[in-house]
Amino acid sequence: MARQLMKGNEAVAEAAVRAGCRFFAGYPITPQSEVLEYLSKRMGEVGGTFLQSESELAGISMIYGAAACGFRAFTSSSGPGYSLMQEGISYIASAELPCLLLDVQRYGSGLGDIFIGQSDYWQCVKNGGHGDYRSIVYAPNSVQEIADLAVLGFEKAEEYRNPVTLLSDASISQMMEPVELPEMREHDPDQFDWALKGKGTGESKRHTSVMYYMSDYDTYIQSKYREIEGKEQRWESFQTEDAELVLVAYGISSRICAEAVALSRARGRRVGLIRPISLYPFPVKAFEPLPCVKAYLTVEMSKLAQMAEDVALASGMKHPIYTKTGGTALYDSAEVCGEIEAVLSGEAKEAF
Amino acid sequence: MADMICAGFGGQGVLTMGLILAKIAMDEGKNVTWIPSYGSEMRGGTANCSVKITDGMVASPFIKHADIVIAMNQPSLDKFMPMLRPGGTLMVNTTIVKDAVRRDDIEVYGVDATEIAQQEQNARGANIVMLGALASAGKLLTHDVIEKGIEAFFASKGKHNPKNAACYERGFACCARLG
Repeated sequence: MARQLMKGNEAVAEAAVRAGCRFFAGYPITPQSEVLEYLSKRMGEVGGTFLQSESELAGISMIYGAAACGFRAFTSSSGPGYSLMQEGISYIASAELPCLLLDVQRYGSGLGDIFIGQSDYWQCVKNGGHGDYRSIVYAPNSVQEIADLAVLGFEKAEEYRNPVTLLSDASISQMMEPVELPEMREHDPDQFDWALKGKGTGESKRHTSVMYYMSDYDTYIQSKYREIEGKEQRWESFQTEDAELVLVAYGISSRICAEAVALSRARGRRVGLIRPISLYPFPVKAFEPLPCVKAYLTVEMSKLAQMAEDVALASGMKHPIYTKTGGTALYDSAEVCGEIEAVLSGEAKEAF
Repeated sequence: MADMICAGFGGQGVLTMGLILAKIAMDEGKNVTWIPSYGSEMRGGTANCSVKITDGMVASPFIKHADIVIAMNQPSLDKFMPMLRPGGTLMVNTTIVKDAVRRDDIEVYGVDATEIAQQEQNARGANIVMLGALASAGKLLTHDVIEKGIEAFFASKGKHNPKNAACYERGFACCARLG
C-alpha cells in the first residue's frame, strides 16, 4: 500500500474503519474534531453508523450499547469532553466490554485551552471513573503509530474484554506525516457468544457489572489486571545501554527528547531515552536493564509532573528523578538539552 | 534536506503551499512532517505551517532554525526571518512585504505574488505564484517536479484550474534575487 500524507486525526479514523469499526458516536471538540468530520463521510461509505450525539455522556453510552452487541465501537474527545465520559467508561469496564477510546489532549483543567499539552495523563492512565478498573492506554508518537495502535487497540480490547484508550495530543493529531494504512478487514459482531443479538429463542444474555454474577469476583478482577500488567507492556529504548541519565517521555515529547538525546550525545553526554508506548500497563520492565543509570529525567507537557510518579515507582526510586515540565509554553529540544546540562552539573533539583 | 516555514495571513494559501511541498517530497521518497500553527486563531489572522523534509527520520516536527522561510506578509517576515540559519533562503511576497533585505548572511528572493495572481484573475493563487518563485530560486525542488506536484495535488481533490499553471510559470519567470 502506498504511503499517504494524513493528519493523525484522519489516520486514526481511517485505521479504525479498516479494523472493522462500524459504529462511532461522539461530540466535536478541538483538537479532535477532524475524527468526527472524517467519519461523518466515511462511515456511510462502508455501511457503518456515524452519530453526532447530543453530548459526550450520550456518546459513551451509545458505545456501551454497540459494544454489547459485539461491534467494534469507537469514540473520541478531548479534555472537557473526555471528563464527561468517565461514568460510561467505568460502566463499560465493569461489564467487561471492548471498545476504543481516543483522548486528544489539550492543556489545562476546566475548559482549559486548546494549546498542545499532555495534561490528561493522570485522568487517562489512573482512571477518571469510579471503581476498580483500568483502561489499557497507548501513547502514539507519530501518525503511523496512531493508525497502528488503533488496530492493536481493538484486538487487545477484545482479547481482554476491556476498554483501550489512545492518548494523543494536539500535535500528533494535527500533524501530517506519511502513513501506510492497515488492510481493510471485516469484523463479525456475531462471533462472540456474549454479544447481544436481539430477541430470540436462546438463553437470555445481560450486560451489567460482572461482579453481580461471579462467585470470586475479587480474585478474578485482580488476576485479570495482573495478567495485563505482565504481558502487555510496550516501550522503546534509545541508547540506554551506557546512559548515565535516562530521559523518559511519551507521545510528542518523546520526539523532542529523541532530538535532545542526539544533540547531547554529540556533546559527549551519556544520555538515553525510554519511550513508554503503553502507559497502562506502565513499562516497568524497561527500567530493569539499565546498568549505568545514575538519574532519570521525565519530560512531559504539563506543569505538574504526572508521569514522573510512575517513573518513580517503576525505577524503585533507586536513583534521583528530575522533571522537565511544559505548560502554556512549548519546550523545544534545546531547552531539554539545557535541562540535561542542569541535571549533569548538579544545578537541577530532584523531584523524587 | 530542509526545515521550512510557510507563513502569511489566513486565505493566502500558506498551509496548502506547505502541504503541496510536503506531498511532493513524500512522493520523492523523503520523510516529511507538516504541522500547522495551532492555537486560538481568528479569521484574517496569521497562519503558518512548519515542514520538515529529510532522508532520515524526523524527530521533532517543530522548527527552531529554518533553512527556508516563505513570508507572504509583513508580520511573517518580522517573526520568522530571525529563525533562518546563516546561508538560509528567504522568499517574500513583494506586493505586500517591503524592506525584506535586513540580513547579509541569507539569500533573499522576491516575487509580486499577490499582484501576479490578481493579474491572472486567480486571486487565491498567490501561493502558486510563490511556488513558481521557489522553483526559480532552485533551493528545494526542480521546476518540473513542483509543477507536476501542484497538478497532482489539485487533481486528487477533483479540481483543475488552468490559471494555476499560468500563475506558476509567471512566478518562475518573475522571481528576483533581492539580496
